[in-house]
Amino acid sequence: MAYSEKVLDHYSNPRNVGTMDPNDPNVGTGLVGAPECGDVMRLQLKINDEGIIEDAKFKTFGCGSAIASSSFATEIIKGRSIDEAYALKNTEIVKELNLPPVKIHCSVLAEDAIKAAISDYKKKHAALETASA
Amino acid sequence: MVKIPIYLDNNATTKLDPRVLEAMMPYFTEIYGNAASRNHVYGWKAEEGVDWARNTIAKYIGADEKEIVFTSGATESNNLAIKGVAEMYASKGNHIITCTTEHKAVLDTCKALERKGVQVTYMPVNKEGFINLDLLRESITDKTILVTIMHANNEIGVIQDIEAIGKICHEKGVLFHTDATQSIGKVPFDAQRMNVDLASMSGHKIYGPKGVGALYVRKKNPRVKLASQMDGGGHERGMRSGTLNVAGIVGLAKALELCITDMPVEVPRIQGMRDRLWKTLTKELDEIYINGPDPLEKPQWRLPGNLNVSFAFVEGEAMMMGIKDIAVSSGSACTSASLEPSYILKALGVGEDLAHTSIRFGIGRFNTEEEIDYTAAEVIKAVRHLREMSPLYEMAKQGIDLKSVAWAAH
Repeated sequence: MAYSEKVLDHYSNPRNVGTMDPNDPNVGTGLVGAPECGDVMRLQLKINDEGIIEDAKFKTFGCGSAIASSSFATEIIKGRSIDEAYALKNTEIVKELNLPPVKIHCSVLAEDAIKAAISDYKKKHAALETASA
Repeated sequence: MVKIPIYLDNNATTKLDPRVLEAMMPYFTEIYGNAASRNHVYGWKAEEGVDWARNTIAKYIGADEKEIVFTSGATESNNLAIKGVAEMYASKGNHIITCTTEHKAVLDTCKALERKGVQVTYMPVNKEGFINLDLLRESITDKTILVTIMHANNEIGVIQDIEAIGKICHEKGVLFHTDATQSIGKVPFDAQRMNVDLASMSGHKIYGPKGVGALYVRKKNPRVKLASQMDGGGHERGMRSGTLNVAGIVGLAKALELCITDMPVEVPRIQGMRDRLWKTLTKELDEIYINGPDPLEKPQWRLPGNLNVSFAFVEGEAMMMGIKDIAVSSGSACTSASLEPSYILKALGVGEDLAHTSIRFGIGRFNTEEEIDYTAAEVIKAVRHLREMSPLYEMAKQGIDLKSVAWAAH
């Protein structure tokens, strides 16, 4: 199977690889997938008080398409509001990276990772607000 | 500068040796007769080629020339041996014993027979891939007609003690078939000494042509009878009808001859390259695991050119992308049509997480030390690149037990 140019590019030069402090109240962490299934994605978002994603970092265990999906996801959600980011559909990733049908689950995992990271952030904030109230 | 791409998938198939091609050529151009044409010189010449091939193969595997049946390859040989015995000996019994790590050509043949009422016992293997001989002995019943256990495994290179297996079978009066596709020509094989009744082999694994193979069928002590699986002109003493693939058969024999005569030099050279690769990888990388017997501790129980390694926290397909100029195989689900990780690694008890990270290197005749060093360097680079972005590697380094994490399986 041949990979698209864009997948190859993200694989060789992944954007935004890294780790944020998961205990930072402005950071939401999403960890999805399972080692037994052959792919695990961890996506972290730094969200400011206006609800805008200021920064995104990822680490992925998985095939080239999974790496490219998460790398691309960090690129496009930076600057978006959390509501916009939450609404992101995996099809956007599929289209941009030219993923074949057998690799669509990689893009679904990236979508799930974004949603999980935002949910984590919201949960953290709800807890903080309850604590300060 | 090393020439790329580099072929390191010699357990999948091998390059045709030019000397084999040379031996085959006249049978495409000049000697094109049908080996079954008994009444003219074209037929006689073709038959001479087939006779030479039959004698040559017999000599090198400890057989008689009347014990060689030519086929289209090892898949057909396995089908003919197993289905042929099951059908022919149905009145004697309906039980077959095999093992969980066999090639699909054996496993799926057994499954097809199960649907027809044959009982099949699948022997487990230990973490190195060996079957338990005591368990084999206990599994043989008065209904057992055949034991089929492969000589060397295609993925993890483990070599079973077929001499001991054959001895048990003969003591119990049960026929013994071995799929020797990966072993013949690479490690010593002798049907007589090893108590083998049926053995499958293939041309393209030993630098010969694709589409040709053979089945050894013992003629005496005991005489094995097979129900043919192909009806037609009664070629190969009725066991396999179909016009003989003369050029292919000559190529198969020539390929085997070269393997056997070169073995004393070739095997240490190939094994040396395999060991060099393994030593370099273990020196430079942590958290890598051998699948199958340890190549340095038990070299006699592993195919000389085979190395199967799990690079923990690095998914196999991503790894292959990182070493794209090097042709290897992976046990990762992403590289298989079924999207399931390797059933062979699973049978060894390798967790699915590690099965996804496995890479098989198959070193062969045409590889060079320079290629091995280039491969080692590329693999090390790719593993480091991928671990840098692997959340699992980071978590493991922080001391998090990955088994304790509540993963959301998908």
